[in-house]
Amino acid sequence: MTTPTTSREPRSLSFRTVAQLIALAIADAAVSLWVGRQAYLWMPPQASAEALLVDDLFGFLTTIGSFIFIGVSAALLYSVLFQRADKYDTSDGPPVEGNLLVEILWTTIPLGLVIWIATYSYQIYDQMAILGPMEHMNHVPSLGLMPAAEAATLPAVPEKTPIEVHARQWAWEFYYPDQNITSTELHLPVNERARLVLTSEDVLHGFYVPAFRVKQDIIPGSSIDFGFTPIREGRYRLRDSDYSGTYFAANQGTVVVESAEAYQQWLADAAARPLTEASNRAFREFTKASDRPISPGWKTVEPASPPRVNFASAEEDSYE
Amino acid sequence: MSNASLDAIAAKSGQPFPGAPNNWQRFFSFSTDHKVIGIQYIVTAFVFFLIGGLLAMVMRGELITPEADLVDRTVYNALFTMHGTIMLFMWTFPVLNGLANYLVPLQIGARDMAFPRLNAAAFWLVPVFGTLLMVSFFIPGGPSQSGWWAYPPVSLQNPTGNLINGQVLWLIAVALSGVSSIMGAVNFVTTIFRMRAPGMGWFRMPAFCWTVLSAQMIQLFGLPALTAGAVMLLLDLTAGTSFFDPAKGGDPVLYQHFFWFYSHPAVYVIILPVFGFFSEIFPVYARKPLFGYKFVVVSSVVITVLSAMVWVHHMFASGTPSWMRMLFMFSTMLISVPTGVKVFAWVATVWGGKLRLDTPMLFALGGLVCFLFAGITGVMLGAVPFDIHVNNTYFVVGHFHYVIYGAAVMGVYAAIYHWFPKMTGHMYYEGLGKLHFVLTFIGVNLNFFPMHPLGLMGMPRRVASYDPEFAYWNVIASLGGFLLGVSTLPFILNMISSWILGKRAPANPWNAIGLEWMIPSPPPVENFEEIPIVVSAPYGYGSDEPLVANNPAGELINEHS
Repeated sequence: MTTPTTSREPRSLSFRTVAQLIALAIADAAVSLWVGRQAYLWMPPQASAEALLVDDLFGFLTTIGSFIFIGVSAALLYSVLFQRADKYDTSDGPPVEGNLLVEILWTTIPLGLVIWIATYSYQIYDQMAILGPMEHMNHVPSLGLMPAAEAATLPAVPEKTPIEVHARQWAWEFYYPDQNITSTELHLPVNERARLVLTSEDVLHGFYVPAFRVKQDIIPGSSIDFGFTPIREGRYRLRDSDYSGTYFAANQGTVVVESAEAYQQWLADAAARPLTEASNRAFREFTKASDRPISPGWKTVEPASPPRVNFASAEEDSYE
Repeated sequence: MSNASLDAIAAKSGQPFPGAPNNWQRFFSFSTDHKVIGIQYIVTAFVFFLIGGLLAMVMRGELITPEADLVDRTVYNALFTMHGTIMLFMWTFPVLNGLANYLVPLQIGARDMAFPRLNAAAFWLVPVFGTLLMVSFFIPGGPSQSGWWAYPPVSLQNPTGNLINGQVLWLIAVALSGVSSIMGAVNFVTTIFRMRAPGMGWFRMPAFCWTVLSAQMIQLFGLPALTAGAVMLLLDLTAGTSFFDPAKGGDPVLYQHFFWFYSHPAVYVIILPVFGFFSEIFPVYARKPLFGYKFVVVSSVVITVLSAMVWVHHMFASGTPSWMRMLFMFSTMLISVPTGVKVFAWVATVWGGKLRLDTPMLFALGGLVCFLFAGITGVMLGAVPFDIHVNNTYFVVGHFHYVIYGAAVMGVYAAIYHWFPKMTGHMYYEGLGKLHFVLTFIGVNLNFFPMHPLGLMGMPRRVASYDPEFAYWNVIASLGGFLLGVSTLPFILNMISSWILGKRAPANPWNAIGLEWMIPSPPPVENFEEIPIVVSAPYGYGSDEPLVANNPAGELINEHS
């Protein structure tokens, strides 16, 4: 790369310029750190051990991202504001074609950054140890917050019978094998690792509780082992995250996290109840004539009948 | 130049039909002139852009309230399926192919593409499969409602029971689109390898041609996978095979591998030529050479190679084993390195220049800022634990639209304004262009920024109704969507009126360096009177080195200057 010398091009950075650059970088870093802290506020409540980890990662990514975005766009904005050609100036700018040192720096620094981000993400992933899909059928990780190596030295957590999660077009149904209970509301004890087995009767569905930051596709024909640790009592939304056809948007459920006592009480209450028909939005909408302004009457896959369960949640119940 | 001499040149041209028209009617003929085909692609793509945009505005109308109260759920599902399909297969690929078709032969000093009839055939498939897609709105059961991913088993459900249904038409259209794109890719790669002007070594080729070459290489290795997946799905749907149907022992995840093996690299097929536009436009309007030209062009090739190793990041939540999640997390993030090289090079090109903020420059700068934002959220999406939270939510929709509308559509606008005088021989109206930019830039950010908080809060994509907590950001996004619709009006007005009434454009209105600016606007048939002999690298702004050793316009240039 030839760089013809011109008088307009400074040959080396002056002390003053370096000091200014450092000051700007510090200001950028300060703003970025602040933005990174705000990132926690953009998320739903932290209702699981995994949520704490994911939010830390997101805060970290937001900080680095803000630093780069602010730095680069500020440079562009400065150029746009202060480096315009005069109205009748048709001359060229300085013929700077490149600078090998700068180019090597801005290749290696992002490379280092990527390795850092990937390593940190890997550590978070390892600590979560939640998302053991199919190859982990019998893998029951211990307390979610513990690094895997440390956890391995602890006595194994007693095996729990997993709660069965049945997804279908379009309803969620939960089956507690030990108590022989079915429910349209998923109840979980707080601070105890939840163990689920996810199955689908028809198409792909996705098990997604935003407050827990966890998600897993449910693949028909497979049973998927899944776990996470709720840490905050409350009612949360369960959503179908994988597009599942006509009534996809209506395929929502509620997850209730409660104290161990309340959980046992609920299990006992539900076991005493007879099977009743749950209310189901997809089925209700399908059976009632369409009254939308734009409805061509296209055929749809018919929703399954509403599930018959021991405990049916009211769909309009509140959640956080 | 007199009409008689133009006609004489037209008579010498490689038209398959002697006496093919040399007026506006040539745009409706089987012309083999790469410039005519380029404009045919661009105009066709814009028609579909407007259709796809209207569908999006109906969707945003539906989403302005939490309830599914404007359109039926089946209609909503058809809307997002067709919006995605049209915008990718009928807008971005054709419009970029059109611009590449127009520009590549001019920029490398060739008289046409390597295979002119193949070129025309590839174009004429576009209206064919476009019509096929549109027809599906009018058959019983309506168009495909399985999303543009067409994941089985949803895409295998056929409630009408008819053999001819929206999904079948969709699959045939996508397969034809693949055939058309492969024809185009063969042509571009051959043209760039074999038809560069004497003296144009690899490192004297404009950055745009490098990006086209890189993008079209992806088409060659990726499209066969997509086409195979589409054909297998078609067989499952119509002939009772069970490649993907779990009820009969098939594997729906296998389809996802086929689909994403192409459809993630396809994003680079779209964005690489846009990087090319940025690399062409910044030097002209900053009056400086492209900073680190060799790093910039080599990074395109690196992106092509890495793009083959990222597809699984769409499937982090699909029951993908941990080792695969980690491997693809790293390869996905790695792509940000060559991409970052480009971004920094553009900033360095602009920095310290003598900026002229004409419409192409405004769109290029706006597109760069949007791309920067999209790149940052893209790295976030690569991080598996975070991706698991926002995967299939509006965060992804926001990220994707910042890439596709923020960067790619704005980049295309930049390119169209920049080369409009060359293509039509007329100048566009600067005031309308600036209005168009302002409306677009505001519209993009109003429409797509709110999708990020929505995704963080957990709103899934593809929903016709949602919980009330999402209403606030959705209203803003919808208003932005309608503004984007409005923003196309000054553009259409500008293009039509300037083409008819605009001031005559000189050969080189921007005082730019490049072979295409050395010949008259619009270029004559077969482009160059004399094939140019290239003697230096592109972008010699500020230096007195000549680009060519001869006058490629021959005697014609004298009549224009």
